[in-house]
Amino acid sequence: MPPTIITLARQTERPVVRRLARHVGGALHRILLSLRDLAPIILVIAFFQIVVLQQPFPNFWGVMAGLLCVVGGLSLFMQGLEYGLFPLGETLAQGFASKRSLTALLSFAFCLGFGATVAEPALIAIAQEAAEVASRGAAIADTAEARDSYAFNLRMVVALSVGAAVLLGVLRILKGWPIHRLIIGGYLMVTLMTLFAPPEIVGIAYDSGGVTTSTMTVPLVTALGVGLATTIRGRNPLIDGFGIIALASLTPMCFVMAYGIIVA
Amino acid sequence: MSGGFFDTLWTVLLSTVRDVAPIVAVLAFFQVLVLRRRLPHARRMIVGFSFVLVGLALFLIGLEQALFPIGETMARQLTDPEMLGTLGIEGEVDWRNYWLVYLFAAAIGFATTVAEPALIAVSVKAEEVSGGAIRSWGLRFAVAVGVAVGVSLGCFRIVTGTPLPWYIIAAYLVVIVQTFQSSRTIIPLAYDSGGVTTSTVTVPVVAALGLGLAASIPGRSPLIDGFGLIAFASVFPIITVLGYTMATSYANRWKNRKAQRGSEL
Repeated sequence: MPPTIITLARQTERPVVRRLARHVGGALHRILLSLRDLAPIILVIAFFQIVVLQQPFPNFWGVMAGLLCVVGGLSLFMQGLEYGLFPLGETLAQGFASKRSLTALLSFAFCLGFGATVAEPALIAIAQEAAEVASRGAAIADTAEARDSYAFNLRMVVALSVGAAVLLGVLRILKGWPIHRLIIGGYLMVTLMTLFAPPEIVGIAYDSGGVTTSTMTVPLVTALGVGLATTIRGRNPLIDGFGIIALASLTPMCFVMAYGIIVA
Repeated sequence: MSGGFFDTLWTVLLSTVRDVAPIVAVLAFFQVLVLRRRLPHARRMIVGFSFVLVGLALFLIGLEQALFPIGETMARQLTDPEMLGTLGIEGEVDWRNYWLVYLFAAAIGFATTVAEPALIAVSVKAEEVSGGAIRSWGLRFAVAVGVAVGVSLGCFRIVTGTPLPWYIIAAYLVVIVQTFQSSRTIIPLAYDSGGVTTSTVTVPVVAALGLGLAASIPGRSPLIDGFGLIAFASVFPIITVLGYTMATSYANRWKNRKAQRGSEL
């Protein structure tokens, strides 16, 4: 008996419905997670607005629409990372950790840090804001091109520095160097360079250290570090697996100040 | 209005493609050419990639529309002379008048950190590994207090206009001293906890707060004084986490000694 439309539909419909339900469920879960991220900020601001300041909030509905964009955008972004980039990044990290080629591992480490930082939303935000402040303060020309190139250069410098940090962090795990020596050395570098850097770059440089390590970079880099520390004998995931993030929030300070010294 | 929105979405989307392309290219290159493996679940990956693009574009629009204006508006309203109650002498800034700013900064630093998902994950792991010596909520509380103190002190710095490096380098010195007093297992975790606290939503709001503060306080330049709050928020948690673990280890030692004495009696 040839399959009728009804039996065909019965065969295909179920998995489709199930998949659809799973997608909708996943999306709802994501939206709840993003709302949870946003809720404390909204609560604190609402408290200060209603109880303390008691002033009308300018462009209230515009801001609300913007917050909706933030929630929807973050949800989609995180869901997309989970579907595509994170599984790929994790299998790659494990693949390279078990492969015995040092150059391949180190170049992968650098590229991972660089690539993840270039796409980091928080960094894009800060770079734009820094460019605007710089053009208002007459540090660069007040044109859209000058602003764009300033923001772009800043992001490239920070991404390079995170690449270098991940490379250094992987070397550290391989060699088993204690993390605090590297960090204290980094602190000394920052202190020294602050003496020579032009004052208007120092604030941006210090901030770019904290910015680099959020949504995109932390999961990818942690997967690499913990994966390496687990596969190499004699390394403890707790002592050796962590620490790359700390390095990745130090090197941008040095690199951005160096950039400021060179450009000025 | 809606046409305007879709025009913006389109331009932002195009620049987002340029932003995300490098990481995708890197991962695909290493997977296919170096490890010589096929891309697993290619279709799922393409769906995920388009989600990332649209999501990032929407987030960036929301950033301009909401997160930056919120930080700036709060800074402006909190430093409004009428709000402060006193109109100081022209050109003179008395830091004591700005206590509302410090309070707001501490509240937002604490509230955003205590619920941070990355931090919850890390602190649960820390409790597991330390065999319960470090409590998960204790670690979270320590980090949140660190961020609150950091952002608040950062606002104090902007109000007074004192140089940023002094504060940060002093904080480094404290961290270095604490490092030599702490157990080796907690050090990497404490160092990392500084980095993970500043989430994607917190960074724009806090940055805009600093810039708005520097713009509305007389005699401060946004370029020199406006930045630095995020740096504060990523150094101070290291201090509080190391401090917390030192305190718990002292407390344990004291308890053990007391128990010993009890058994002797």
